[in-house]
Amino acid sequence: MELIGLLNYAVFMAIFIGIYSLLALGLNIQWGFSGLFNAGIAGFFAVGAYTSALLTTPESSVHLGGYQLPVVVGWIGAMIAAGLIAWPIGKVCLRFRSDYLAIATIGVAEIIRLVVKSEGWMTGGARGVNKVPRPFGDLSYLYSQLAYLALVIGIVLIVYWAIERQISAPWGRMMRGIRDNEDAATAMGKDIKARRLEAFIFGAAVMGLGGALFAHFNRSITPEAIDPMIATFLIWIMLILGGSGNNRGALLGVAVVWIIWSASEFVTDQLPTEYAIKAKYMRVFIIGLLLQIVLRFRPEGILPEPQGTADNPELKTFQKQEGAAK
Amino acid sequence: MPFMEFVNFYLMPGIVLGSIYALGAVGITLVFGILRFAHLAHGDLATLGAFAALGVVTIFGVSPWVALPVAMVACAFMAIGIDKLFYDYLSERPKIIVVMSSLGIALMLRAVVQVVWGVDTETYTRGIVRPDDYWGIRIRDREIYTIIAMFLIVGVLWAFLQKTKWGKAMRAMSDNPDLALLSGVDNRKITMLTWGIVGVLCAASGFFLGINTELKPLMGWTMLLPMFAAAILGGVGRVEGAVIGGLIVGIAEETSVLFIPGEYKAAMAFAILLLILLVRPTGLLKGKVL
Repeated sequence: MELIGLLNYAVFMAIFIGIYSLLALGLNIQWGFSGLFNAGIAGFFAVGAYTSALLTTPESSVHLGGYQLPVVVGWIGAMIAAGLIAWPIGKVCLRFRSDYLAIATIGVAEIIRLVVKSEGWMTGGARGVNKVPRPFGDLSYLYSQLAYLALVIGIVLIVYWAIERQISAPWGRMMRGIRDNEDAATAMGKDIKARRLEAFIFGAAVMGLGGALFAHFNRSITPEAIDPMIATFLIWIMLILGGSGNNRGALLGVAVVWIIWSASEFVTDQLPTEYAIKAKYMRVFIIGLLLQIVLRFRPEGILPEPQGTADNPELKTFQKQEGAAK
Repeated sequence: MPFMEFVNFYLMPGIVLGSIYALGAVGITLVFGILRFAHLAHGDLATLGAFAALGVVTIFGVSPWVALPVAMVACAFMAIGIDKLFYDYLSERPKIIVVMSSLGIALMLRAVVQVVWGVDTETYTRGIVRPDDYWGIRIRDREIYTIIAMFLIVGVLWAFLQKTKWGKAMRAMSDNPDLALLSGVDNRKITMLTWGIVGVLCAASGFFLGINTELKPLMGWTMLLPMFAAAILGGVGRVEGAVIGGLIVGIAEETSVLFIPGEYKAAMAFAILLLILLVRPTGLLKGKVL
């Protein structure tokens, strides 16, 4: 009995790690490879979650919908919707230094939160969207969890593969070139604004997919499901700690931070109520402090971005190809 | 709608709110202009200032107006301390790293407020204050003080920047850091001075928001977007621009309820921000673009 409970918990944790992995991979495209500061991750997450939920749920009196489309359509819709939100923001802000993007994305997340809360006819208001269909949801509890975990792992692997491919392609090298030396990239005739916009939209779409997976896993999505600042910030610390610019680092960071975060929640829940609430905020403080420590002492993270040295022949071949092209 | 009704219910609250934003925006514009990064912990530093004043009020039982200078000094030291402990070590790195660090600081400051003061809504004084009538304009005393204090604080700061040696050094850093360093401006002292002033301004904006509404741990964070919109609207690095920007954003937010649902009041700042970035990124008074 104990063992089953433990297994259930482990699977539950693993699914969450998978969902957060998508968010971290999305942020890695934006920040790690392109140097774009997105402080509104929770906003893109929410757009994805709500889009997919509304596209796939049966008709309801409290929110828009009744389309009952297949889950796959919902997930694709989530990616498109998140990308569409990213497009105008990127269009306006990517001309400037990333500081402006940071402020604007904070604003976007705030507006999305407002829309979700006040447009009840669309999102169900505080009640949210329920009865979101879950793939393999008809199986018994444990099997259903395991099947969903397999699905999440599959999607993470596909996204991981897609990003790796894209990043080792000329596009990815160009992105890193733009990130590291904008002037040089401009001088080489690269269209910086357009490339950055592509990266921003690509990353946002991946985040939207993460939101969709979350909604279908929970079978519902409500405005309270996610605390925008905490969620956004957790993704940031995951990526920075794991190693921005390195997809494996991002995945590792997600696992490490999520386990620390959940374990600390487990500890604080044991405390008497009066301390438990305070301890909840202490956890946030410690996560903030962790970011400061990582930024100061190990800014490259646990797994740094590969720099194309002798023990990384993959990047060397690229350099050779580049040399040959010249 | 009668004109006086517009003045009493939309314009005056807008000017009061705008004055609060202006105090914050001036601080943001100083950091943006002199230290050259977007300080995302600005709002939460204002929250800390507001709660520090509350702490003085509850412990010593004094009037909030006595607590304000104490909170200003506390906040100034806090800002300098944060810089020395965290931002200073990142000064050689790309500025965006400091922006990220400040996002973490924002969360840490808010957590401190939540741990020390809890999450409940607080006020400085109890009871409802009825507005007085001045030739048809209905306004509360504290609202008059807010507007006067804003102009006073910004006026002193402006005179300081224009007339004193240190103020000129700060402006020189803002205009051209390399030239300023060559002319013998002490970078570290200017940074410290800037943070001290920013702390004072933060405490003031948090305090006036608290005295005109309520104190909540999230009060500063929700001000962040309007304050940035105001700073960029006025022109980054321009103190007088930040005041104009703050007033415009405040009035726009309060009058927006005439045209759009009240829930979306907070969206006005965002709309202004995107609009100004789109049509005139240097702001109204020709500031910097980073």
